Formats: sequence, structure tokens, C-alpha cells
Amino acid sequence: MAETIRVVVAKVGLDGHDRGAKIIARALRDAGMEVIYTGLHQTPEQVVETTLQEDADAIGVSILSGAHMTLLPKIMDLLREQEADDVLVFCGGTIPKGDIPKLEEAGVGAVFTPGTPTTRAVEYIQGSVPARQ
Amino acid sequence: MDTRKTARSRWEEAYAAREERDEDFSTMSGIPVKPLYTPEDVEGDYEEKLGYPGEYPYTRGVYPNMYRGRLWTIRQFAGYGTAAETNERFRYLLENGQNGLSVAFDMPTLMGLDSDSPRSLGEVGREGVAVDTLEDMERLFEGIPMGEVSTSMTINAPAMVLLAMYVVAAEKQGVPPEELAGTNQNDILKEYIAQKEWIYPPEPSMRIFRDMLAYSTEHMPKWNTVSISGYHIREAGSTAAQELAFTLSDGFAYVEAGIEAGLHVDDFAPRFSFFFNSHLDFFEEIAKFRAARRIWAREMKERFGAQSEKSLLMRFHTQTAGVSLTAQEPYNNVARTAFEALAAILGGTQSLHTNSLDEALALPTEESVRIAVRTQQIAALETGVTNTADPLGGSYFVEALTDELERQAYEHFRAIDDLGGVIPAIDSGYQMREIAEASARYQRELEEERRYMVNVNVHEPQEESDVETHSVPMEVEHSQVERLEDLKSRRDEAAVRERLREVKEAAESGENTMYPILDAVREYATVQEVCDSLVDVFGRYRETPVI
Repeated sequence: MAETIRVVVAKVGLDGHDRGAKIIARALRDAGMEVIYTGLHQTPEQVVETTLQEDADAIGVSILSGAHMTLLPKIMDLLREQEADDVLVFCGGTIPKGDIPKLEEAGVGAVFTPGTPTTRAVEYIQGSVPARQ
Repeated sequence: MDTRKTARSRWEEAYAAREERDEDFSTMSGIPVKPLYTPEDVEGDYEEKLGYPGEYPYTRGVYPNMYRGRLWTIRQFAGYGTAAETNERFRYLLENGQNGLSVAFDMPTLMGLDSDSPRSLGEVGREGVAVDTLEDMERLFEGIPMGEVSTSMTINAPAMVLLAMYVVAAEKQGVPPEELAGTNQNDILKEYIAQKEWIYPPEPSMRIFRDMLAYSTEHMPKWNTVSISGYHIREAGSTAAQELAFTLSDGFAYVEAGIEAGLHVDDFAPRFSFFFNSHLDFFEEIAKFRAARRIWAREMKERFGAQSEKSLLMRFHTQTAGVSLTAQEPYNNVARTAFEALAAILGGTQSLHTNSLDEALALPTEESVRIAVRTQQIAALETGVTNTADPLGGSYFVEALTDELERQAYEHFRAIDDLGGVIPAIDSGYQMREIAEASARYQRELEEERRYMVNVNVHEPQEESDVETHSVPMEVEHSQVERLEDLKSRRDEAAVRERLREVKEAAESGENTMYPILDAVREYATVQEVCDSLVDVFGRYRETPVI
């Protein structure tokens, strides 16, 4: 039996839309994962610091402010700097289709747009985290 | 036919003998819905509970003639990039038949940060327009006669600074504050509950609210001093009844604040306005709007002793539910938005924003905004729903739902009172917990396929569809930061420091902070400089997140 998956659910940037982040946090928790919810208005530095402190396996970033192309690559860079690039990063929010391949190229594992069932995110993490360890 | 039976029992038997679809027949918020409503479901006296449009308790509408006199105002929320770009979009909207402006500010502005703050990185001009100083405000309204348009500004924590900039920009066009028509949202309580764009803790925020209210009541007779908002509460996942209850209880708290500021309720309550969501459960939404008017009128009269009829009227703006839009098959969002718009109209809204089909993906393109505006024009001019006031009044179902929403609202009012009022309830996490529970329940129901979203959990798209989306290039941020630096090099730095010191002094002494803020923005002090001066006195809010 593998160890419990630990996930940081993070609201980066300045937007206060936390419905999605809370829904995901609950769904992951209900699926048996340990969830650390950062609360709102986090900087990429704060998110990476929390991830290292909590020794998390994955970070779920919720962002609806349109700043994803700046803030997500920044998180990926910081993880690499900290040699923590085995941490799985996925994100959700209002993200135009055209940006998805660019985010994936930057190392984001999956992008979930509005309307995605939470089960898909749960299955994705359960499927991807063990493979990375 | 068995003549010994009444028609009612015959129907009941006939109904019971037939198959029902395997569904939960309930509203989106979970209110059970019966197969049929009859006069037995409606209690009370007609005149007392419904009355006439423009008459207490205003259940049927705030004006005697409703849309036969004047249609609702089409008011699309817009703003992106730089002030100059948004100015262009405003002119486009005005040319296309829109009659009121509505400014969306970017995230840094909403949080009281300047474009050059490290925390603003990647956010400048993205979800709204970047306004750092008076100069940006002047550019935003260049060529638009500020004495003739009505402007709604969605701004809360730093509302006083943006209002001051608006007043001074108008002054420079030769328009005095007395002539300015419009609204600033200025509803800080719902920020703690739902929207989460705050700066100071709740108590000093209410002090700022009182200062603004006192200023606007004295100098801006055509200005709505607050737009008490349920929209964000609903978007955060609340039920219709929670939206209704939390919005109205916030409203009561603002009335109390006005009375505490030494104002008479009838001097300021007529300038309070409301802002609701219109979601997909058609009848529940209509019932919500009707219940809201009735509760507000009753509480204003009976609890706060308002005498003026204008204090009793709940005038409201409505926006269709952003959260109901899907990223999959975005063109279907036009249909969703049209139904939601119709509910708002049948609910008697005074102004309306219809969301654009691409808003689950990005800010709307010009074309998708045009479709959204046209949706309202079709409802107004082609469907005939404007011919009579409150067309659904007297529907047994709608009246029963209106009563039920009202009853649930009073349950929430009691819970909030028991906790000691709105701010103690916020401190205890009550509203946030209620919303999080409702939101999780709805999501569970969707995933268990007890509720449907077409092209999300039923009739899923066969192939990926795509629409062109609007994008804001990074250059916007760079050029805005450059403009800000340039402005800072041109302004009288010593005067700015002196004015900011006066802002701080007023905050400490308890004098009205609006006047020194007007002076500070006149010297081109930035949004963040003014807000930070107040933070020095009031401190910063930190949330305890509730999952």
C-alpha cells in the first residue's frame, strides 16, 4: 500500500474566486488524499515554500485571474531551482485553449477547465503521482 | 367518471397512477417542487403580500408602470488593458445602444496595489482596466461626457480612492459631484463572505464605508453609494436563499452604519442599490427577486423606521450566472444566458448584464459581447415580456416559492443575529461555511448525475469545439508600469507626501477620510499609496480559510 498522497491546493495571484479550489480540495480529501489548502492571494514563492515544508507530492493551482501564463511558469522554475521538479503540478480555472499546450510545455501536468468532473482530477493524480516517485 | 369524487382527488389519483421520470424534482437550491400548485399553496392577503407595482410591499415591482414606462438599462461590465483601450470599448458600447457604463478594474486595483508592485506581476490589465492614478481615470473617460452617462464602478476595498479619482476627473471636465450619476459597488462585507478582495479588517472597513456614505449623501445626490451584492455570494456556490439572506443582512448592516454615522435613514437609504445573480433555475430566481423586494421594504419600514417611500424600494442590477457557463461547446452559453436574462426581467430588474458565450475561457471578444447585448435587445423588443408588470405574479407556484425563499431568508437572519450580527458571523466563518457546504453539495449532485449540465455531464460533446478568445498581451503591463514611473517623475513629490500624511491623520483622528483623499488624488497620489497610508492605521485583513 502506497503512502497517502499529499497535495497542496493553492490559490495564486490576486483573484478571490475560491469555489473551484475548495471543491477540488474537498474532492481530493474525500478520495483519501491529504490536502493542504493555502488560502487566497499566494505568491509563487509562498506556494513552493509550502510544498517543500509539507513535503507534498502534487500542487493543484487554481487561477481565474488570467495571470496563469506568468505565475505557473514561475512556480515551475522555482520548483526546478529547489530540485523539487518531481512534484506534480496541475491547474484549473479560466484558461483559454490556446494556452494549454504552452503550460504543458512549461511542465504543467494537466489543465482542467470549467466543467471538469472532480473525479477526473482525482483519477489523474492517483494515476500520475506514484509514477513520479 | 366517478362524480362522488372531487376534481382534486380525481387528479391526485390519476397522477399517482402514472409514471414519473426518475428525477429529484427540486429547485437548484434543493427546494422540493410539487407536481402541481393550486390556490391552496398560497396563503395570505393579496394587498398585504403582493399589492401593486410601485406600492408597498413592492413584491410586484418598484415602479407603477415597470417596463411599459422605461426598459431596464443594458449595462455590460467591461474593462481590460490600459485606460485608453477600455475607453475605446466604452465608446463602442455606447455607440451600440448601451446606455450605462460599468467599469471592471484589474486585480491589482481591486486589491489596492499599483501596477509596479511585485504582487501585481502578470495581473496588470488582465481581468479589468489598470488604474493607478487620476491620470488613468482621466484617460478612461476621455471624450465621454461624465455629466451625461451613468457609471457603475465595481470597486470595494479601495472604493474611496477610485470614487475620489472619478470625482476629480469629472471636476476637470467641468462637472460637479452633484451631477454625477452612477454607482460604486463599495460592498465590503460580501468581500469577506465571497469575493475575497479585501485590504483592511471588517471594522475599519465599515468606518471607511461610513465616511464615504457621509460624503456621498452630502455631495452626490444622484450617486448610488453602495451596490449590495449577492452576485459574488452566488458565484461562490451559495443557494438562492443564501444569496438572498446574506445580501439583505449585509444591507441591514450598512443601514445601521449610516444611522451610526449620524445620518437619518431617509437621507441615505434611497441611494442604496442591489446587485443579484440570475442563475438557471428559472422560477426560483424570479421568486428570489420578488422576495427580496418584499423583505427589504418590510425591514426598512418596520425595523429602521424609514418614512420616505424611496427608502423602501429595492432597485437592483442583475448579472447572469458566470458559473453556469461551460468551456465545452461555448455557443450553448448563449441559450443559458438568455434564460437567465429572462428570469431577471420577469423578476423586475432595473439593469442587466448578460454574460458573453466565451467567458468560461477568457474575457469576451467584441463579437461575443455584441451577441450578449443583442440577447437583451431581443428580450426587450421581440418577446413581449415587457408588456405588463410582474407577469408571473399570482402564479401559485411562483407565489409559493417566493414565500419559501422569504422563510429561508429569515432563518438565516436569525442565525446571523444569534451570532451577534454580520461581522461576528463573518469572524466565526458562518456565511463561508454555509456557502462551501452548498457548493460541495451541488457539485456532488452533478457528479452523481442528479443534476445536469448539458455538455458537461449529459449530452457530452462529440468533438472538441473552439472559439477565438480575447487576450491581453504582456506589453500592457510593461507600458502601464512605464506610464506610472513617468507620472511619478512629473508630479510634486513633496505635495504627495504631505497629502498622504493628512490622509493618515484623518484616519487616526476619526475625521472623514474622503476629503484628504480627494486632495491626495488631485496631486496624483497612487491607489496603493493611499491604501497603504490607511493600512498603517487600520492594519491588514487575514482570512482563516474554510474548506
